Amino acid sequence: MDTWALLKQLSEAPGVSGDEGAVRAILKEAIAPYVDEIRVDALGNLIAVQRATVEDPLRVMVEAHMDEVGLMVIRADKDGYLQFQKVGGIDDRILPAKAVRVGKDAIPGVIGIKPIHLLGSAERKKVLGVDDLRIDIGASSREEAERLVKRGDRAVFDTTFADLGPRVKGKAFDDRAGCTVLAALLAAGPYPVELHAVFAVQEEIGLRGARVAAYGIDPDLAIALEGTVADDLLKEKDESPTTELGKGPALTAMDRSVIVDPRLLRFLIQTAEQAGIPYQIKQPGVGGTDAGRIHLVREGVPSAVVAVPCRYIHGPVSLLDKQDMDWTIQLMEAALKRISPDVLAR
Amino acid sequence: MKDLIQKLVESWGPSGYEDRVRELIRAEIADVVDEWRVDALGNLIAVRKPIRPGGMRVMLAAHMDEIGVMATYVDEKGFIRFTNIGGVYPLNLRGGRVQFRDGRVGVINREEKAEGDPTLAQMFIDVGAASREDCPVRVGDPAVFLRDFVDLGPRLVAKALDDRVGCAILIEVMKQLQDTPHEVVGVFTVQEEVGLRGATTSAFGVEPDLALAIDVTATGDTPEARKRPMKLGAGPAIKVKDRGMLAHPKVKDRLIETAERLGIPYQLEVLELGSTDAASIQTSRAGVPTGCVSIPTRYLHSPSEMVDYEDVTNTVRLILGFLREPIDLG
Repeated sequence: MDTWALLKQLSEAPGVSGDEGAVRAILKEAIAPYVDEIRVDALGNLIAVQRATVEDPLRVMVEAHMDEVGLMVIRADKDGYLQFQKVGGIDDRILPAKAVRVGKDAIPGVIGIKPIHLLGSAERKKVLGVDDLRIDIGASSREEAERLVKRGDRAVFDTTFADLGPRVKGKAFDDRAGCTVLAALLAAGPYPVELHAVFAVQEEIGLRGARVAAYGIDPDLAIALEGTVADDLLKEKDESPTTELGKGPALTAMDRSVIVDPRLLRFLIQTAEQAGIPYQIKQPGVGGTDAGRIHLVREGVPSAVVAVPCRYIHGPVSLLDKQDMDWTIQLMEAALKRISPDVLAR
Repeated sequence: MKDLIQKLVESWGPSGYEDRVRELIRAEIADVVDEWRVDALGNLIAVRKPIRPGGMRVMLAAHMDEIGVMATYVDEKGFIRFTNIGGVYPLNLRGGRVQFRDGRVGVINREEKAEGDPTLAQMFIDVGAASREDCPVRVGDPAVFLRDFVDLGPRLVAKALDDRVGCAILIEVMKQLQDTPHEVVGVFTVQEEVGLRGATTSAFGVEPDLALAIDVTATGDTPEARKRPMKLGAGPAIKVKDRGMLAHPKVKDRLIETAERLGIPYQLEVLELGSTDAASIQTSRAGVPTGCVSIPTRYLHSPSEMVDYEDVTNTVRLILGFLREPIDLG
């Protein structure tokens, strides 16, 4: 499997929460040769099973979410501009003057803003929110706009993937990086565990897809794969970078949604150290992931989170280090080969 | 029972890392219960079978975890930055001590230049390390307050009375339970302080007909306190409501009747903030009639919480009385 080609394809596909069809179609095709069963559940989660190489295996759910943050069209103004809302966590400051693609037909548009020539000094300091902004698709009347775009259509940032040598840039690495890792794991399988691969919907608006997927699967343990915050730019104080590029996969000890099972955290650390794979512990207390819902399903599911550090997530362009992603795949492969019920012994 | 409480509060067990507390409790109750198990998240579930017919499956929940901190960063000079595990008030931290799992102690202080209300981001733990390389603490290591148990006679002071005092009460109930028609399932839960997580999964597993949480509640009996009706020494607090739940009225009334019948002092609890495991148990599966008995506690989530010992023993009596006869919720 060409992971970089897959990441490019996934990154450039639109998949705002609740509208993950394009991403799901790419993934379905990519993993079909490697899995024994494949299905799409009621909420749209893509769930694949890869049978184990042993009898009576652990049932392990590995999950990554397909959806990305984005925009939703609310209505067209009489002049043809599109009012919109945010879907998921987006910083208002990054919206103005961005190119976007709207709806199934990927209609090009731009989030309009007055040019600097016309701005007074007070206006330049003001942060514009979604209520102040419109998407301009070049239409000059409501009727013209509505021929191209419907209320409820999603818009994504119009970003081209690029290979920067040791690093790559593109949109939605949160969590298309995780999706790519999971697809690569399936391609490298099978393992001595029954692998339930879940490409989940609606993470960005409240961890919704993974919860129902986990309920349906009822696994023995779960690992969520993420593209997580790297905050390794220059800082005034000597303080945590959350995660750093080039230092290997980020393991979560605790975030706002989950305290990672200490047995699984220890196991992942041991696996990395034995295999000589660099790793880092993500700054505890930051963010939340699908593991936050998965671990509370039914009678409880011991859960962990493994992430590829990504700069500038939830913005138009994110950036990751190729080696971090390779190491994340290697760590997860090693973990799936090594894991046994003993890991969960108390 | 004071010895038991002391053992429990001095044990180490922040949310997610309750294994030592669980082992201590398991050793206390293993011989008096009919069966016990530890579930996927680490809840200890202990069962006493009914002595006679006519009862239901009653889940009693007390949480094992305590609030704490977790290392988020070790700087070049070996100082540790940290985040909270559960509701930690920055005001309670400065000059305090914390203990990591391996026993290592650190002191907490605040950036001298920091102004305004203290925040966790301005604070750091000093374990006496000379540099990052010298620091034995790693990012992700949890710690809890370090503070001795003190017996003031009628009152007790300790860290983690929230909710080890509830655990002590539940242990006593499991031990003293004699004549009951109910299958009593004592659940010592994990991760209450970070969002009632252990109770969520254990209630799903136990599938009770009725449930009670045993937890602490805030009081309004200290100088210039916020207005709260609860106070130390006035007996167990029978919950009417808190922010997360309305107690099932029949369960609440049954607790009141029991207290009155046995001559146990009680107070009614209406709490504007906070909640307990009862909130998540109540909405488990198709719903569970749920109540809560609270131990009034001063200085909650500080290293020195205070309870009245008679409130504690009266809570044991109240719950035993509650379990003695069949319960009609009709």
